[in-house]
Amino acid sequence: MDNILEPKPYKILIVKKLTAIEWLFRVEFDEIEKINYGQFIQISIPKIGEAPISITEFNAEEGWIEFLIRKVGLVTNVLFELKPGDEIFMRGPYGNGFPFDENYRNKNLIVVAGGSGCGPVRSMINAVNNNFESVKNMEVILGFKNEECILFEDDISSWEKKSNIITTVDEMCKDGNCSLGLSSGLVTEHFSKLDLSDLSNVEIVIVGPPKMMEFSAKEFVKMGVPEEQIWLSFERKMSCAVGKCGHCRVDETYVCLDGPVFNYTKGKYLID
Amino acid sequence: MSLKLTKKSFSNSFDKLKEIYTIYAPKRSPKQGRFCDTDIIKYDVINSSDEIVFNEKSNYAAKEVLSPITETLFYFTDNEYRAKKIAKKPILMFVRACDINAIKRFDDIYLKNGGFVDSFYAGIRENISFALMECPSKGWDTCFCASMKSNIVNDDEYIFGIQLGEEIKVDIKDPSLTEIFDGSQITYHVPVVEENLISVKIPMISNKDVQAKVKDLDLWKEYDKRCIKCGSCTIACSTCTCYTSYDMSYTPDSNAGERRRINASCHIDGYTDMAGGHSFRPSAGERLRFKTMHKIHDHAKRFGGEHMCVGCGRCSDHCPAFISFSTLVNKLSVEVDKLNEEDING
Repeated sequence: MDNILEPKPYKILIVKKLTAIEWLFRVEFDEIEKINYGQFIQISIPKIGEAPISITEFNAEEGWIEFLIRKVGLVTNVLFELKPGDEIFMRGPYGNGFPFDENYRNKNLIVVAGGSGCGPVRSMINAVNNNFESVKNMEVILGFKNEECILFEDDISSWEKKSNIITTVDEMCKDGNCSLGLSSGLVTEHFSKLDLSDLSNVEIVIVGPPKMMEFSAKEFVKMGVPEEQIWLSFERKMSCAVGKCGHCRVDETYVCLDGPVFNYTKGKYLID
Repeated sequence: MSLKLTKKSFSNSFDKLKEIYTIYAPKRSPKQGRFCDTDIIKYDVINSSDEIVFNEKSNYAAKEVLSPITETLFYFTDNEYRAKKIAKKPILMFVRACDINAIKRFDDIYLKNGGFVDSFYAGIRENISFALMECPSKGWDTCFCASMKSNIVNDDEYIFGIQLGEEIKVDIKDPSLTEIFDGSQITYHVPVVEENLISVKIPMISNKDVQAKVKDLDLWKEYDKRCIKCGSCTIACSTCTCYTSYDMSYTPDSNAGERRRINASCHIDGYTDMAGGHSFRPSAGERLRFKTMHKIHDHAKRFGGEHMCVGCGRCSDHCPAFISFSTLVNKLSVEVDKLNEEDING
């Protein structure tokens, strides 16, 4: 019997600095066929510990996965000292991910992501961008604290060629003037720019800080979007990621097993 | 088959059992209690039948055998994690009916939840057999096993039942044990505790909206000041399974060490802290609500069986603020009845 908690070593291939505290790590991986958009991996550093990190991109042909890592905790602090060629330990993928084939295919897909919430949705947006026929249309709102916090600028440029992409910053842009193509204000202030003319055919994905997800979802419901067509991705403390340690539980729901992606009909009750 | 044994005969039987099993039972550690000059009774390996504490409730639950407070999972070196080896020798545990039911709740989490099997737990669990110890006719003063239906165990869940009082009686369920015991035949079956000194009414939450409203009840605020978030209740609880993993290295300058897990408590600061600083349920009342609902609603809702709480009463026994869990659940039941009624009447 396989030991579900045993991590295996994998080599870091590329480390790319996106912002001062958010770096992109590309790591070799051998079980890519199991991965769905929005799932996560348990990353281990011996002597330091384990942490759940979203998979932000994966490539089966080249055998790698990518993580957007923010330097905020014990494990991530040490990760920022590692270089290409160094090994980290991983197990997974875990969680359910976004139900793209079941729910989003051929629909008007709207993605709203805040800050490092861009991490879990990036692989799905890239996949749609590379195969735009898979959806009827895609629109994306990306919210960041300020201009310096903007992530994945190369990807955003590529997405803008096919989709309505609104990149907004919470803090006023420098000198009151935003860079070309940049908006200011909270993500919810830009919902009126989205094409919600056919509410029956829209699917909305929201990922970001808890308050941003709560207010965004409530705003879409107010605009007439059925709750069944709104999806959230939750973040919780986890030790095991396999439903044993209890840290991520809310009521009868284990975020690691039943999430991190939840339909709003369930997600709206996961308040604690 | 049931037998009456002399003390000497049982001692001989115990020695034969010891050859087959590593034997765990509630054991007294003199002067090791939480207060000066008090003893503690907790599960440990025993070598003599005299060490089994039969007439008192153990201070800590039987779960410690399967889920020690700290447990090594892996040994790591530079480039590998190696899982710890699990002893192959069968284990015999002297337990009460609630303990067997509590370990079944552990099975829900560690063997079934999400379809993932925890190898460390499974490795010990498959080696375990139970000897069912008789309880006093109504249990002890804080017990409410009858309300939680954990007073009953099936005949195939233990290998023999035992009364270890002035008289020693055994009810042998596993036929292979007949040669172990030597005594005169009697009629004996471990009696079920039909009722306790206290009873608990479990709230029946009618739907998800009522469940959400339970979170806002004023009832929980009463405990904001009273509960001191010490986690004593969860360490003593028969069914609390949560843990946190952590790494330790043997010396600061070596890359060799262990990944361990330690019992965690949803009452203690840090339980929900995420990197970046966000956390959930800051107040004591919210934490008590979270634990209470898990014990008498959430677990059963997820697994479709009995409630997680087995009514052993150890949380009430240990609480330094004298919070009675049975009283709390009965108070909650009254409030939930009101919420259900409001929900029906719109």
